[in-house]
Amino acid sequence: MFEYAPAPESRDIVDIRPSYGLFINGEWVEPQGEERHKTVNPATEEVLAEVAWAGEADVDRAVQAAAKAFPVWSAMPGAERAKYLFRIARIIQERARELAVLETLDNGKPIRESRDVDLPLVAAHFFYYAGWADKLSYAGFGPDPRPLGVAGQVIPWNFPLLMLAWKIAPALACGNTVVLKPAETTPLTALAFAEICRQADLPPGVVNIVTGAGETGAALVNHPGVDKVAFTGSTEVGRLIARSLAGIRKKLTLELGGKAANIVFEDAPLDQAVEGIVNGIFFNQGHVCCAGSRLLVQESVAADLLEALKRRLGTLRLGDPLDKNTDIGAINSAEQLAKIRELSEAGEAEGAERWSPACPIPDRGYWFPPTVFTGVAQSHRIAREEIFGPVLSVLTFRTPAEAVEKANNTPYGLSAGVWTEKGSLMLWMASRLRAGVVWSNTFNRFDPTSPFGGYKESGYGREGGRHGLEAYLAV
Amino acid sequence: MSERTERLSVRKTYKLFIGGAFPRSESGRSYVVTSSKGDFLANAARASRKDARDAVSAARKAFPGWSGATAYNRGQILYRIAEMLEGRRAQFAAEVADADGVSAKKAGELVDAAVDRLVWYAGWSDKIGAVLGSANPVAGPYFNLSSPEPTGVVAVVAPQAGPLLGLVSVIAPVIVTGNTCVVVASERAPLPAITLAEVLATSDLPGGVVNILTGSAAEMAPWLAGHMDVNGVDLTGAGPELAVTCEELAAENLKRVLRPPADRVDWLADPGIERMTAFLETKTVWHPIGI
Repeated sequence: MFEYAPAPESRDIVDIRPSYGLFINGEWVEPQGEERHKTVNPATEEVLAEVAWAGEADVDRAVQAAAKAFPVWSAMPGAERAKYLFRIARIIQERARELAVLETLDNGKPIRESRDVDLPLVAAHFFYYAGWADKLSYAGFGPDPRPLGVAGQVIPWNFPLLMLAWKIAPALACGNTVVLKPAETTPLTALAFAEICRQADLPPGVVNIVTGAGETGAALVNHPGVDKVAFTGSTEVGRLIARSLAGIRKKLTLELGGKAANIVFEDAPLDQAVEGIVNGIFFNQGHVCCAGSRLLVQESVAADLLEALKRRLGTLRLGDPLDKNTDIGAINSAEQLAKIRELSEAGEAEGAERWSPACPIPDRGYWFPPTVFTGVAQSHRIAREEIFGPVLSVLTFRTPAEAVEKANNTPYGLSAGVWTEKGSLMLWMASRLRAGVVWSNTFNRFDPTSPFGGYKESGYGREGGRHGLEAYLAV
Repeated sequence: MSERTERLSVRKTYKLFIGGAFPRSESGRSYVVTSSKGDFLANAARASRKDARDAVSAARKAFPGWSGATAYNRGQILYRIAEMLEGRRAQFAAEVADADGVSAKKAGELVDAAVDRLVWYAGWSDKIGAVLGSANPVAGPYFNLSSPEPTGVVAVVAPQAGPLLGLVSVIAPVIVTGNTCVVVASERAPLPAITLAEVLATSDLPGGVVNILTGSAAEMAPWLAGHMDVNGVDLTGAGPELAVTCEELAAENLKRVLRPPADRVDWLADPGIERMTAFLETKTVWHPIGI
C-alpha cells in the first residue's frame, strides 16, 4: 500500500455552537424540560455540542406551529413554494463544504463521501422536488391533489442530512408542513438546516426541528395533530409505529432495514464486481439499509473473486474521517459498535470463518475493520440479521434459480445486486428478486428521480421520483 | 304401482374453494345460510384457522406462476371469467335476489355490473405498468426503470353487502396485477361467492390464485392478518373493531393494509385504480450505460 501524507479537510469552516435549542415556528426555543444530551464526534469521542431533548410538550408546540403554518403554506401558489425550495437548494450548494465537514464530524463518515455523495444528493433532492411544487396536477394523482397537513418525520443517523432532504423536500413541495426529528447521535446538520430555512426566509412553522431520542420520536408519531408519519430506521421500530397507528387515519410510509444480496455470476467482470462489492458493503462503514451485506457468488468463481476481494480490502484506508484519503470512517456510536461486535462474534461462534485485512485502529473513537465472513450458512445470524456495519457474509450458489432462492430467503426486500455480462440473465434475475431496487453491474446508486423503498419487511412507500409524491398527497 | 310424487329437488352443497379444489372445512363445521327474508337457502362450510392456512399455502404456491404470467395472459383469463359469469347470469341473479332481497330486475343489473367490472379490470392487466411505471432520468450514465410488481399473497375480507358485485370488485383488482389471494366471503351471503368459485374453476384461472373461504370473518380475518406468509390485507369487509385488530396484527410483518372505506361504498361507481395500487410494489432497476 502506498504511503499517503495526511490530507485533512479543515474543520475551521464550521462553527458549532456549544448548545442548541429546538427550532419551532422559525425561532430557536428552549425546551420545557431540563434534559440535554451531548453529541460526540465518533472518530475522537470529543463532545461537539449539547442539544435539547424535546419532551411531549415541546413536540406539541412544534406540531401546533406546523399546523398553524399549514393553511398559508398549502394555499401558496405552487410556483412560490417551488422558489423557496430552489432557494434552499442553492444555499445548500453554497454551504456544501461546511455541511459536509459538519456531517463528517457528527456522523464519522469519510469526508470524501459526505462531500461527493451526501451533499450533492441533498441539493439535488431539493432541486428536484422544487420543480414538482407547481406541477402536481400532472403527476398522475388527479387534477388537484391536496397535501395531507402536518408531516411528522423521524430519520436515522446514517445519512443525516440526506434523509432530511428525502423527507422535507417532497413534503414541502406538496404543500405540507413538517416537524422533523433527527437521530439522537447526529442532530447537527438538521440544526444547521434550520438556519438555512431562516436564511431562505421560509415562513415560520413550515419546518420545525425537534431533537431527542426514541421518546421524542414516539411523541411526534403519536401526536393527534400529525396527519402523516414518515419514518426511516429499523424494522423493529417500524413495526411499533405501524402497530401504534392501526386504525388511526394518518398516512404512513416506512423505509426500514435490509439484508441485500449482491449476486455475482461467473461471467461477471470480476474486477468491476469487486469494486461493486466494496462499494456495496463498505460504503459509509456499511451503515446503509440497502447495503449489499450478503455476497452470493457463483461457486466456479468464488475462490478467484474472494482472492481479488481480499487483495482490494488490503488497500482500504481506515482512519480520520476528515482525511480526504480515508475510505472507512468511524462507526457512528458505541452502541452500534457493540451491536456489530456482538453479531460478528455470533458469526464466529456459529462456524463462519472471519477475515479482516491488517488494519491499524485508532486509539480513540469507535472503529470496526472491514470484515469478511466465508463459509456462511443461510441459517447463521450474520446471514439473516441486519448488521449495519462493515461486515460482509459470503455464500455461494451454482444455478441462477438457487441464487434467486437464496437472495429472496429473507424477510427484507430493499435492494439487490446482480453482476453478469449476459443481459437476458440480468433481466431474468431482476424480475425475480423481491426487492425495491435492483442494481445490475453497479451498486448503491441514488438519484432524486429514482424511487427508493422496499418490499416485504423493508417497509412501504417510495421516496424519490414521481412515486415519492404519493406519500405526501391525499390520494 | 305407487302414485307419481312431485320431484324432490337436488340441493347444492356449498363448500370452500382452495387451490382450485372444493374441499369441506377440515373442521367439519357448517352453518345455515338464509335468504334476506329468513328462508333456509343452504348450509355453507364454516372455515377454520387450518382452512385459512391451507388457503394461504395454495395462494403462495400459485404466486410465482401467476405473477410470472404475461399481462396479456392474465387479461385474457379475467375476460374469460367475465364470459363464464355472463353465461350463468340467471343463476347468479337468482342467488343475488335471494341474498340481497332485491328485485329480479335489480339483481340482473348487479350481475351485469359484475361482468362489466371484470371486463374493465381485464383491460388493465397490460396497461397498469405503463401508467404507474417510469423511466427515470438519473444524473449519470445509467438506464433506470421503475415498474409496478404485485405485492404477493393478499388476504381479502370481502364486503358483507354486495355478495357478487362487491366481491368481484375486490378480487379483480388484486389478481389482475399478479397477486394471489385468500378471500373471506360475506358471512351472511356466501352463496354467490361459492358459485363464483365454480366460475373461476372453469375459467383457465390457475388453481390457488383465488381461494374462497366462507364462515366467520371475525374468526378468520385475524389469522390471515397475522399470518407471516401473507403480504397484504384488504379489510374492506371488516367492521371497525375487527379492522383495527387486523391492522395491529398486520404490523408484525409490515403487510400492506387497505383499510375499510370510511363511507358506504357504491359498488356501481367508477372504482378508480386505488384497489390495484394498494397491492403493488415499485421495483427500480439500474444498469450502467457504456461501451
